[in-house]
Amino acid sequence: MAKQAGTVVEISRAGRKPRRAAVKLARLAPTWPERLHAVLRDLDIRLVSYVPDSGHARLIELVHDDAKIRAIPLTTEEEGVALAVGAWLGGARSVLLTQSSGVGNCINMLGMIQECRIPLLMLVTMRGEWGEFNPWQLPVAQATQSVLTAMGVVVHRADNAEEIVQTVSAGARLAFNTCRAVAVLIGQRVIGAKEFRK
Amino acid sequence: MKATRKRPELDRRAVAARILQHRRDALVVAGLGAPCWDTAAAGDDALNFYTWGGMGGAAMVGLGLALAQPERRVLIITGDGEILMGLGSLATIGVQNPGNLAVVVMDNEHYGETGMQATHTRLGVDVAGIAKSAGFREAATLYSESDVREWAPRLFNEPGPLFAAIKVTTERAPLVLPRRDGTALKHRFREALLGAEEAYR
Repeated sequence: MAKQAGTVVEISRAGRKPRRAAVKLARLAPTWPERLHAVLRDLDIRLVSYVPDSGHARLIELVHDDAKIRAIPLTTEEEGVALAVGAWLGGARSVLLTQSSGVGNCINMLGMIQECRIPLLMLVTMRGEWGEFNPWQLPVAQATQSVLTAMGVVVHRADNAEEIVQTVSAGARLAFNTCRAVAVLIGQRVIGAKEFRK
Repeated sequence: MKATRKRPELDRRAVAARILQHRRDALVVAGLGAPCWDTAAAGDDALNFYTWGGMGGAAMVGLGLALAQPERRVLIITGDGEILMGLGSLATIGVQNPGNLAVVVMDNEHYGETGMQATHTRLGVDVAGIAKSAGFREAATLYSESDVREWAPRLFNEPGPLFAAIKVTTERAPLVLPRRDGTALKHRFREALLGAEEAYR
């Protein structure tokens, strides 16, 4: 694995060290988590709740280091849905970071969002769809989009790194300007499949 | 069941009224079912948010509100069944450690809306103990009127997070139903708290 702190280097093959030039480039150019963090700041997001996923790891670090944003680790994802209701009642914007399997945990609580017309922005890193190794990830991953749609959540997808920031930005505007729930699904194709190595 | 177990004796409506008379400008989140009716019976207020669904979420709604409004006191009034469904949220609140948040559980040890089946608190589970272990600054189980008299002002004045499980009887009180349109409740709450311009921006 890349040991360089603060850089996001895609490791495409197990055990292979990233070339030095590539690491240097990654240090210079802000990657999508850095740009996403800047978008969240511009949107005046005050609370970011999450259940960790490796795809969100860098963004979670950035949020923890940001004095203007409160990072809120959750025990389960529906807590973040209910938190968004309270935050909005109090005049604060929040974002929920989750992995696709966590969407399954949110279903009942999303009813509160719909009934109360609370703006909700969920950033969902997908598992179980692109080169997945773990078969247990598939059921909820494959149902994620239809489950969200069934619960009244507007679903956007980003399947390459270049799309992520603009898709989240558009999704956020839709959520906060129209008081709707929006989920941005970040494809496993962007994140990469988790490596299981001996 | 332990023979020494104390039976709940308190009247839930009297408890709710006793607590809420100390609220001043506090923000109140009511958990679904009887805690909503108790809160409405104590006096409707634009700064009451009644949840009619989302079971297990009341404490987290309260946490979001407490973090968004750190200068205001937030009180969550909910039931034993509701808090049992969201026990993880007690850990999440403990970690965030909001000084302006208090949780009251109207603990009648039963699912009152669905046929009075026993909840885990009837069967030995100590939710105040769980809250204390999760990092609440103070947590207690209250059995007597004098306990409630002592705790009622503390819930609004002492640094939180605070937690009180209050043992109330299963006696049914007259239904006092608050408004139930979620969007209307949200608008009413935000307008009262933030002003119309901010609420509808």
